[in-house]
Amino acid sequence: MKIVVLVKSVPDTESKIKIGADGTSIDPQGLKFIMNPYDEFAVEEGLRIKERLKDDTTVVAVSMGPERAVEVLRTALAMGADDAIHVSDPAFEGGDAQANARVLAEVIRPLSPDLILGGKQAIDYDAAQVCPAIAEYLGMPQALIVSELKISDDKKVATARRRVEGGDEMVEMTLPALVTCEKGLNEPRYASLPGIMKAKKKEIKKVGLADLPLKAESVGAAGSKTKVVKYHNLPERPPVKMIAGDAAAQAAELVRLLREEAKVI
Amino acid sequence: MQFPLTEEQRLIQTTAREFADNEIAPVADKHNREGVFPADLVKRMGQLGFLGMLVPETYGGNGIGNFGLVLALEEVNRACASTGVTMSVQNSLVCAPIVHFGSAALKKKYLPKLASGEFLGAYALSEPGSGSDAAGLVASAVKDGDSFVLNGTKNFITTGAEADVVIAMLRTDPSHKTRGITAFIVESGWEGFAVGKKEDKLGLRSSSTVQLVFEDMRVPAANILGEVGIGFKIAMHTLDGGRIGIAAQAVGIAQACLDASVKYAEEREAFDQQIGKFQAIQFKLANMATKIEASRLLVYNAARLKDAGQPHGKEAAMAKLFASEASNDAAREAVQIHGGAGYLEDFSVERYFRDARITEIYEGTSEIQRIVIARHVLKNLR
Ligand SMILES: Cc1cc2nc3c(=O)[nH]c(=O)nc-3n(C[C@H](O)[C@H](O)[C@H](O)COP(=O)(O)OP(=O)(O)OC[C@H]3O[C@@H](n4cnc5c(N)ncnc54)[C@H](O)[C@@H]3O)c2cc1C
Repeated sequence: MKIVVLVKSVPDTESKIKIGADGTSIDPQGLKFIMNPYDEFAVEEGLRIKERLKDDTTVVAVSMGPERAVEVLRTALAMGADDAIHVSDPAFEGGDAQANARVLAEVIRPLSPDLILGGKQAIDYDAAQVCPAIAEYLGMPQALIVSELKISDDKKVATARRRVEGGDEMVEMTLPALVTCEKGLNEPRYASLPGIMKAKKKEIKKVGLADLPLKAESVGAAGSKTKVVKYHNLPERPPVKMIAGDAAAQAAELVRLLREEAKVI
Repeated sequence: MQFPLTEEQRLIQTTAREFADNEIAPVADKHNREGVFPADLVKRMGQLGFLGMLVPETYGGNGIGNFGLVLALEEVNRACASTGVTMSVQNSLVCAPIVHFGSAALKKKYLPKLASGEFLGAYALSEPGSGSDAAGLVASAVKDGDSFVLNGTKNFITTGAEADVVIAMLRTDPSHKTRGITAFIVESGWEGFAVGKKEDKLGLRSSSTVQLVFEDMRVPAANILGEVGIGFKIAMHTLDGGRIGIAAQAVGIAQACLDASVKYAEEREAFDQQIGKFQAIQFKLANMATKIEASRLLVYNAARLKDAGQPHGKEAAMAKLFASEASNDAAREAVQIHGGAGYLEDFSVERYFRDARITEIYEGTSEIQRIVIARHVLKNLR
C-alpha cells in the first residue's frame, strides 16, 4: 500500500496568539510551532497499518507551508515515515482551504496513494476543510473524524468508526479513500532518538508551483474565493464574583444575581 | 532561552520535553513520596534511545553525543531529578567509560544491552572511608590466575540496587595511591556480589542509593577496563563527563523552580494584587532566570568542548559548580515565593528544594570543583 499522511505546523496549544499588525494575520513572533496534534494520530495510524501489514507499504508525509513545515516533516520521518514532501512556493501564500486543497491534490495525485490520512482539523484556523476538499478533487470517498480504522486483509476496503452526534457511525469505503483522524484513534509514539538520527539523513523533497499542472491564478491568494477581512481578540472576561455566606444564603444571593444582574432567569 | 539549535537538536529536545511532561512529570511526586524506582519509565527511555546517547551506532546506541545528552537531561530533570540521575549515570558514568576504555569484546558484550536499557548500570568509586578523596579507596582486587578476587564495600552507589553491571574501581596495588587502582566491569549476578544497605535520603527518593558489598567475588581479567593501574585516571576522566550531566540536572531542577514560581506569582494574590506585582518577587524571578541562563550556557559550552574532543575538565567543573549553586538558590527562592505552600509536599517545589541539594555534593562537592578549577587557574604554584 501507499499511504499519504498530511501534516501541518501549527502554534503550540499553550502559545498566546497575537494578531498581526495588519489585523488579518497571526503574528508568528515568539510562537512555538508543533505538529498539529490530530496529524500525530494520522502519522501514527499510517505507521501502525504499515507495521501490521509487514509488506512493502510506504508512508509518505506531505506538508504545505513555510520553512517551519520542514521540522514537522522531520518529526514524521523520525516517528518512522519513509519519505517526506515539502510543498512550498511564494505563489501559494494567502491561499484559503480550497486553494490549498487544490495544490495538495495535485501533489498527491501522481503518488497514487491507496489511503490518505489527515487530522480531523488543524488547531490553528480550525476550518477542517482541506482534507475533504482533497478527497473531492481526487474523486475518492472520505470518512471524517474517525476514531477507529480497519483495512481489510485484501487491502481493498477500509472500515471506519465516525463520531457523530449522540453515537458512532460505521462507514465502509473502497480504497483509495481519505480518512481524517480523531483523538482516541491511537496513542501517537514519540520520535525515538535513533529515528531522529535516521531522519536527519533523509532528503525532504521540495515541490513548488512549477512542478504542478496548476496556474498561478488558481493557487494562493489569487485562487482563493474567501478572504480574511479581520481577526478580533476575544473580549476580556469580566472579573469573577465570589458569594459569601452559608449555603442557603449563597443560593439566595446567586438567584438574585442571576435574575437582577445577569438577567438570565 | 534563545539559542541557535540545529533541527536535529531541537527534535531531541522536543522529544525529551514531551516525554518528560507527559510521562515523567505526572508520576514524579508520587514516585518520590513512595520511594519507588521508575523501572517502567526507564525501560521506555531505553527504547526511545535516551540511555545510549554516547554509544556509537555500531554498538547499539545512537551516538548523539554530549550536547544532545545535556539537552535531554535538562528536560528529564525538570520533571524528576531521580529519573534524571538514573539516565545521567547510565550514559556518562557507565556507557562512556566502556566506549572510551573498553576492549572490543567488552564493548560488544555490554554496550548494546546498556544502550537499549535491557541492562542498567552503576558506577562504584566511593567507599565508607573515601569520597572526595576518591583515591583513598581500599576495596581490593587480587590477581589469581586469569581472574581477580574482589573484596570490599562501595558506598552511596546510585542505581546500585537495580544495576546489572557495575563499573567498580578497586585497589590492585597498595603501594601506590593513584596508580594502584584498576577499573573493572562486574555483573551483579556473579557470586560474591551483594546489595547492602539502602540509604534513606533527603531527596532523589525514587533513585536507589545503596552499599555494594564484594565478598571473594571472582572477576575475569578480561573484564578490566583499559589496563591494570589506570583505574583512577579512568574514574577522573569519566567524572569530567559526568559532571556536565549533573550540571544539566541542576539546570533542569532550577528551570522547574522558575516555571513553578512564575505560575504561582501570577496566580497567588496578596494585598489585593498578584504577588508577581511586588518588586521583591520580581527581583527573585529575574535573578533565577539570569542564573539559569548563565548555567545553561556553561553546560552547553562544556558539552560542546567534550564533543569536539577538546580539554573540558575546567569547563565541566565550572558548569557543575555554578549550575548546582544556582539551582539551590533557585530552589530556596521558589519555596520562598510559594510561602507556606512551598513547604508542603502538595507542591512540587518542596521536592525540587530537596533534590537540588545533591547537585552540590555528588560527582565532586562544590569544594572539590573549586579545587579543580583553581588547579587550572594557578599554573605556577610550587
Ligand atoms: C545520593 C547520592 C548518590 C551518590 N552516587 C554515587 C555513585 O553512584 N557512585 C559513587 O561512587 N559515589 C556516589 N556518591 C558519593 C558522592 O560522590 C560523595 O558523597 C561525594 O563525593 C562526597 O564524598 P563524602 O560523602 O565522602 O564527603 P567527604 O569527602 O567526607 O567530604 C565532607 C566535606 O569535606 C569537604 N572536603 C573534603 N575534602 C576537601 C578538601 N580537600 N578541601 C576542602 N574541602 C574538602 C567536602 O567538600 C565536604 O564538604 C553519591 C552520594 C549521594 C549522597
